[in-house]
Amino acid sequence: MDPRFLNISNVSIRFAPRAPNVLQSVSLDVARGEFVAIIGHSGCGKSTLLNIVAGLLQATGGGVVLDGREVDEPGPDRAVVFQNHSLLPWLTCRENVRLAVDQVFGRSKSRIERARWVDETLALVRMEHAADKKPGEISGGMKQRIGIARALAMQPKVLLLDEPFGALDALTRAHLQDQVMQIHARLGTTVLMITHDVDEAVLLSDRIVMMTNGPEAEIGEILNVDLPRPRDRLALAQDPRFLAARAAVMEFLYARHRNPADAA
Amino acid sequence: METVLGRVAVLAPRLKPAVLWPALRRGATNAMPLLVMLIVIAVLWQLLLDHPGAGLPAPSKVWAQSRDLILHPFYDHGGLDKGLGWHLAASLQRVALGFCLAAIAGIALGLLVGTSEVAMRGLDPIFQVLRTVPPLAWLPLSLAAFRDAQPSAIFVIFITAIWPVIINTAVGVRNVPQDYRNVAKVIRLRGFGYFTKILLPAAAPFIFTGLRIGIGLSWLAIVAAEMLVGGVGIGFFIWDAWNSSNISDIIVALIYVGLVGFVLDRLVALLGRLVTRGTA
Repeated sequence: MDPRFLNISNVSIRFAPRAPNVLQSVSLDVARGEFVAIIGHSGCGKSTLLNIVAGLLQATGGGVVLDGREVDEPGPDRAVVFQNHSLLPWLTCRENVRLAVDQVFGRSKSRIERARWVDETLALVRMEHAADKKPGEISGGMKQRIGIARALAMQPKVLLLDEPFGALDALTRAHLQDQVMQIHARLGTTVLMITHDVDEAVLLSDRIVMMTNGPEAEIGEILNVDLPRPRDRLALAQDPRFLAARAAVMEFLYARHRNPADAA
Repeated sequence: METVLGRVAVLAPRLKPAVLWPALRRGATNAMPLLVMLIVIAVLWQLLLDHPGAGLPAPSKVWAQSRDLILHPFYDHGGLDKGLGWHLAASLQRVALGFCLAAIAGIALGLLVGTSEVAMRGLDPIFQVLRTVPPLAWLPLSLAAFRDAQPSAIFVIFITAIWPVIINTAVGVRNVPQDYRNVAKVIRLRGFGYFTKILLPAAAPFIFTGLRIGIGLSWLAIVAAEMLVGGVGIGFFIWDAWNSSNISDIIVALIYVGLVGFVLDRLVALLGRLVTRGTA
């Protein structure tokens, strides 16, 4: 297994020439098939880091290499699931996925293959029943599932999740987390997920990257989560390893690196 | 006979009384306040103006004097003595032509101004000044340029309707949400594909808002323009009725103008809903 499948090295970024760096020398290696969560208080630049990996933002210093190729622009090999789903409201769910599939596989797959692939991806997130509805007609959780389906449909080398469940209620969130775990187990996709939910990070990831507060945010600590998969949220709730990992992240976030907004 | 029976059999399940009655009742409940209001206005109007020497005719007098106009909208006695339907048709034809030209040119210019910073800096100030010129102020100029009533009236409609279309289209294009742009970037949708699959649909609700304002302004302008250019048309009809002191005819014509304007507005709104698939 290539431990440096996704290689982020010394990434810094600032948004104005004389402003302080938002991110300061962030380096991180992600192995193929690994699930890595990045956690930190709001404003710490974790979404900025994800956008740099996605190619939507250009780093001021350092760079990102994915599978031996330097990242210099956005592309379907780094599909993003955006926090606010970002589905196109004038297209049905199926058409939203199909737009991505047609665009990415327009040359390599036939029409019939692409149509079948769209249906397969929708089945993967169990959304076949609402495929012909518009995003405005389905719930927030369902929209996010379509967003995930659209990203998976691009067969990305790394799936980038930008606080994908942040806007959902707790029950829907738990349901989607389970679904993401199943998909990760089935496809072995490499995942980089931004979150501010401690339980979510511990439950889903192999490693948790904890960011210090910005400006000049950097990686404070990396925690390995050595819990066997498949993971079951009910069983884990009593598991001492789960509780220890959870406590470690909480300690980092609330004791050593408190949100500056709360400290005032 | 068989086909008729067959059709009844097909329709019957859809028109079950259990479904039909509540719908009718709801319709009646919604329309009731409007009906009451119309009756109140008619009665007040009748009471206020139904006496000798009143400046304006009461509803009963309007009915007595202009019944032919109301009941026979499509009579044609030769020359300019035609039913209101013909006058409205002539006006609608002008509006249709002028408005369609304005829609095409307006959307094209709006896309240009919305996508190109240079075009925006060069053209937007000109648009902002020209759009404040009242429609009728263009009429003498266009009469001088075209030397004919028909194209002049159409030009006035065009120049009246185009500004809101341009401005709204440009705003829609400039305000394509960052989310949609990001999606386009990730799937590498650029150029013509971006234009047709992201930009146009995202701007469509704004474009249709512009078109709706435009059609409203067109209908406002056509009546005034036709009063001046003459010929056939609802504006000319009203002016002609005034010159022959047929105040009742004017009242009937105004009601028609209002209803047609309302229908035009709704038609563009409906078209917008169809084209944008409910996102407008």
